[in-house]
Amino acid sequence: MPAAEPAPPAIELRHIDKRFGTVHANRDVSMTIARGSITGIVGENGAGKSTLMSILYGFYDADSGDILVNGEPAAIRNPHDALHLGIGMVHQHFVLIDPFTVLENVMLGAEGGALLRRGKGKARAELERLETEYGLGVNPDAVIGNLPVGAQQRVEILKALYRGAAILILDEPTGVLTPQEAEQLFRILQTIKARGATVILITHKLREIMAATDEVYVMRAGTVVAHRRTEETDEGELAELMIGRKVRLELDKAPAAPGAERLLVEDVTLHDARGVTVLDHVGFGVRAGEIVGVAGVSGNGQTELLEVLAGIRVAETGRISVDRTAITPARPMDPAQMRELGVAHIPEDRHRLGLVVSFEATESALLGYQRDGAYAGPVLQRHQAINRHCAALMEEFDVRPRQPFLRSANFSGGNQQKLIVARELARDPTVLLVGQPTRGVDIGAIEFIHRQLIEHRDAGAAILLVSVELDEIMALADRILVMCDGRIVGEVARHDADERMLGLMMANARAGNGAAAST
Amino acid sequence: MSRTDRNVRAPLPRWADVALIPVANVLLALLAAALIVLVIGENPLKAVRIMVAGALGDSQGIGYTLYYATNYIFTGLAVAVAFHAGLFNIGGEGQAYIGGLGVGLALLAFDHVLPLAALIPLAVAAAALFGAAWAFVPAYLQAYRGSHIVITTIMFNFIASALMVYLMVNVLIAPHQMSPESREFLPNAWLPTIGSVLAGLGITVERSPLNLSLVLAALACVGVWIYLWHTPWGYELRTVGQSERAAVYAGVKPRHIILVAMAVSGALAGFVGVNEIMGVQHRLLLNFNLGYGFTGIAVALMGRNHPVGVVLASLLFGILSQGGAELAFEIPAITPEMIIVIQGLIILFSGALANMSRPFFERIFALAARA
Amino acid sequence: MQDAYLIALLTLSATIRVSTPLILGAMAGLFSERSGIVDVGLEGKMLAAAFAAGAASAVTHSAWLGLAAGIVAATALALIHGFASITQRGNQVVSGVAINILVAGLTIVLGIAWFHQGGETPPLPPEGRFMPIHFPGQDALASVPVIGPIYGHLIGGHNLLVYVAVAAVPLTHWIVNATRFGLRLRAVGENPQAVDTAGVSVAWLRYRAVLLCGLLTGIAGTYMSIAQNAGFTRYMSAGQGFIALAALIFGKWRAWPAMGACLLFGFLDAVAIRLQGVSVPGIGEVPVQLIEALPYALTVILLAGFIGRAVAPRASGIPYIKEH
Repeated sequence: MPAAEPAPPAIELRHIDKRFGTVHANRDVSMTIARGSITGIVGENGAGKSTLMSILYGFYDADSGDILVNGEPAAIRNPHDALHLGIGMVHQHFVLIDPFTVLENVMLGAEGGALLRRGKGKARAELERLETEYGLGVNPDAVIGNLPVGAQQRVEILKALYRGAAILILDEPTGVLTPQEAEQLFRILQTIKARGATVILITHKLREIMAATDEVYVMRAGTVVAHRRTEETDEGELAELMIGRKVRLELDKAPAAPGAERLLVEDVTLHDARGVTVLDHVGFGVRAGEIVGVAGVSGNGQTELLEVLAGIRVAETGRISVDRTAITPARPMDPAQMRELGVAHIPEDRHRLGLVVSFEATESALLGYQRDGAYAGPVLQRHQAINRHCAALMEEFDVRPRQPFLRSANFSGGNQQKLIVARELARDPTVLLVGQPTRGVDIGAIEFIHRQLIEHRDAGAAILLVSVELDEIMALADRILVMCDGRIVGEVARHDADERMLGLMMANARAGNGAAAST
Repeated sequence: MSRTDRNVRAPLPRWADVALIPVANVLLALLAAALIVLVIGENPLKAVRIMVAGALGDSQGIGYTLYYATNYIFTGLAVAVAFHAGLFNIGGEGQAYIGGLGVGLALLAFDHVLPLAALIPLAVAAAALFGAAWAFVPAYLQAYRGSHIVITTIMFNFIASALMVYLMVNVLIAPHQMSPESREFLPNAWLPTIGSVLAGLGITVERSPLNLSLVLAALACVGVWIYLWHTPWGYELRTVGQSERAAVYAGVKPRHIILVAMAVSGALAGFVGVNEIMGVQHRLLLNFNLGYGFTGIAVALMGRNHPVGVVLASLLFGILSQGGAELAFEIPAITPEMIIVIQGLIILFSGALANMSRPFFERIFALAARA
Repeated sequence: MQDAYLIALLTLSATIRVSTPLILGAMAGLFSERSGIVDVGLEGKMLAAAFAAGAASAVTHSAWLGLAAGIVAATALALIHGFASITQRGNQVVSGVAINILVAGLTIVLGIAWFHQGGETPPLPPEGRFMPIHFPGQDALASVPVIGPIYGHLIGGHNLLVYVAVAAVPLTHWIVNATRFGLRLRAVGENPQAVDTAGVSVAWLRYRAVLLCGLLTGIAGTYMSIAQNAGFTRYMSAGQGFIALAALIFGKWRAWPAMGACLLFGFLDAVAIRLQGVSVPGIGEVPVQLIEALPYALTVILLAGFIGRAVAPRASGIPYIKEH
């Protein structure tokens, strides 16, 4: 139907290119978004979807390429320009003012005059009209901070519609929603479409693509790799396109010889500050001498899982056992105590958790072990030992430049990461928690870090590896858990897994998937 | 983002960060001060000459300069320690006041029973304890009740001031005394002057208020340096100040650090009381703390929160204070309050506008790198 | 009885006079802090305005030129604070402290250099001051019991700037709550990103807030030196800027409650002056210092959440850096 329209497409992107330093975020991207359609854009983390939409919404300038809106070339320098062209965006993280009412949030920036009273009357009438038209179900006088997440999202949609947006971009809109709220959202999107507006839906959930869109673009590594009419494709093909046939990281590793269970997680639950469930009755075990990979699109609870296991956050229910020691909500342990139990943690966020960027390398190499008898006497730190330790780590892990007194910020990402990995492996931990060990790390360092992890596995460590890079999981893990929406939705042995199947599970297309679901 | 990238910039070498920019900021502040002197119609260069001569020209001038610097070292270190924990302690003024109260109470209570050798550690401990206690309350409220430490410490300055007036006027005033002052301590509770110590060694210097507190200040500098950079507790304190999340990752409890850092900070500020009450005034009185707490902010900002920098900045402010008094004598149009102006300018340029000159230097270094 | 009534009335009248600079200062702080710019420099701006007004009026003998000078001085400092906080993204508390200290020194240095009177400005003639306004019928009503003194002492008999302060409160309330600027002001203090994505300039909004703060602290300082008093004296703001800040916090950053806090603090001050050395039957002598410390102590207790909760605008003190 949309293809038959003689009218120009709502959006046309021509050869968009964008680099951030050495990262080529968008590479010659061209898209045509038909008017009155719902178009999906799918891709893994880092595929360039969000960058592309930020360019369309005026947050970034493209390095080259053109944007046409309704057939007219458009210069979108800031969100204001985008709004004028009728482009509205619903961000993944809402930009709402909590103490304000819905009405005030909607009016902000479009008050309709210097005095609020007249504008408020008009806005209220307009909101009522939008309410009857779209059935969003939000009370204009409700205070944002008191609304559930789903309703806050509908306020964001309302803001865009109020400004007359004819093109609505939604960035991962269902990440924070309950299934019921997601259903409601898709009904609203259908209504919006029926009224002639255009919707761009960015998501990694294939089921949503299949259920809601007319057309879909698949992005990978900054480029568009496929464009399909939704009715002519299926989840399997999309998963394959999304993941691609990557150069397999080959690691000659011996088969695992798992021993006793060192880490046991039972029924762990956690909610975030807004009350959204981030860990939903999670349970699994990791045995000595094996690497258990946790696959999943980022933001599905993996970060919180690692933080709970490391003692940074306290779970609300359940029990974590390290060897014979049990950690429960009633008897939690802090990160220092977890370290004493032999749990080491390579954190996902290397700049904010893993090291202190303003510290010298020697100091960052001490983080977490500052009270250790080897580095601290009764009063004074043992600087000689600390410096020797750092120098040894640098030597062993080939951290460059070999300058223990250089500030951590001045090392490249790969060398920072090698320093952290070196620090955490130095104790031969019994349980090793690893988050995104090779994010932003160059190829050479990746291989080196992977080899180190395998060596420690073979030496008997129980390793839990969280990564959004499927090929990393495939290369390292002996067993794979898949997380989605805070739950473990599936578990497969490495030799039974293929990327297509994992991709489907990560996208929550087929929960459980044949292989035995955990717990 | 991409739009600003077009300006050519280069990251600065560390020496520029540590030395060049701070010095440039102080020079900007002094330049602004010189402009003010010009506006008044005086010659800034002549003013500088008089000040330096007054502050460093003879042993008395040096004595006064070091006496002022002693107080600035205490309050500068106080601000610096809190800063390393990511806290802004504006309460040095009040903590110094209450620290002095502690010294006074201890000496009034024990000066007729204990010898000097026992009174010195007692007074030092009292100053530390009282100063720390006055800082601990805002710290506790920040850590456990979420009230902002800046506002609370400001309020505590005023509360300290009211408390001291009340105590001096109603409780501690000496009998038959008109002004609100306690009785004078017995001479065995006077901290010896450096002059008297040197005289014992056969060296004579002119009279000045400089006393053994200078030694305490030196010890405090070394102590802070050891604490922050050579103990695991200092390491943890700095980690919290740099990155609270990294600290939690490392098993540190930020709330504990807030309490400890503020207590240490308050104790350091309290040492002003040792210098003023035990070293100079030999009695408890009002307003002996005036301005030292706030100058500490300038000292810490200028000294980049490092003991060495704090000493250098304290010496500069000592010279300004003593030289300024001399200056007011020679050029009546320039009053001692000129020092306060310079303090304000230094806080402005070294603190709030600290990064203003950075793009300029980044461009210079980029050009130099290309050439 | 008549006596007690008159004393009460005079105390209330004094309360209004003492509260005036507090109210103006609190409203000034309200604009700045609601926009997300922390201002511990109210004190310095008020002191600078007091000096500038006193100096200008001493030279020109015009109260209006004095007012203009006071506003210019405070606004200039407000712009420095804005430049440091908004453009340079510096530490807002440090900037405020710097302004306080700078002004404390500068007013005396310039005062002595220009007027040679130990840091004071020369005493002002009536035309150089804002004098109490004589209300029509005040004398005729003076002898009428109850109403006469109220009309003469409480409602009337104040200078123009007192009425400006009284008017500033509803005006501030109205601007903040009923205008487009007010909506955006409140929004930018809570979530500047929301304002930015709505296509409104965060920096310009905050600069306007800071300028309003300068205007009002300018009036507050002017009041001190050429309305309440007949000239500038050293450190004449004497912590009133901080009391205004305390009142603003005590009023939870809202206009009417902040005015209430100013009146409460002003009343405490007026009472303290009256109670000096007086023995209250049954209690004995109330320490004046206790009453003086009460505003600060109450603010600390409020901030600690023991009586209600004072939550600052969420974005306060955090420089806005565009991200995405």
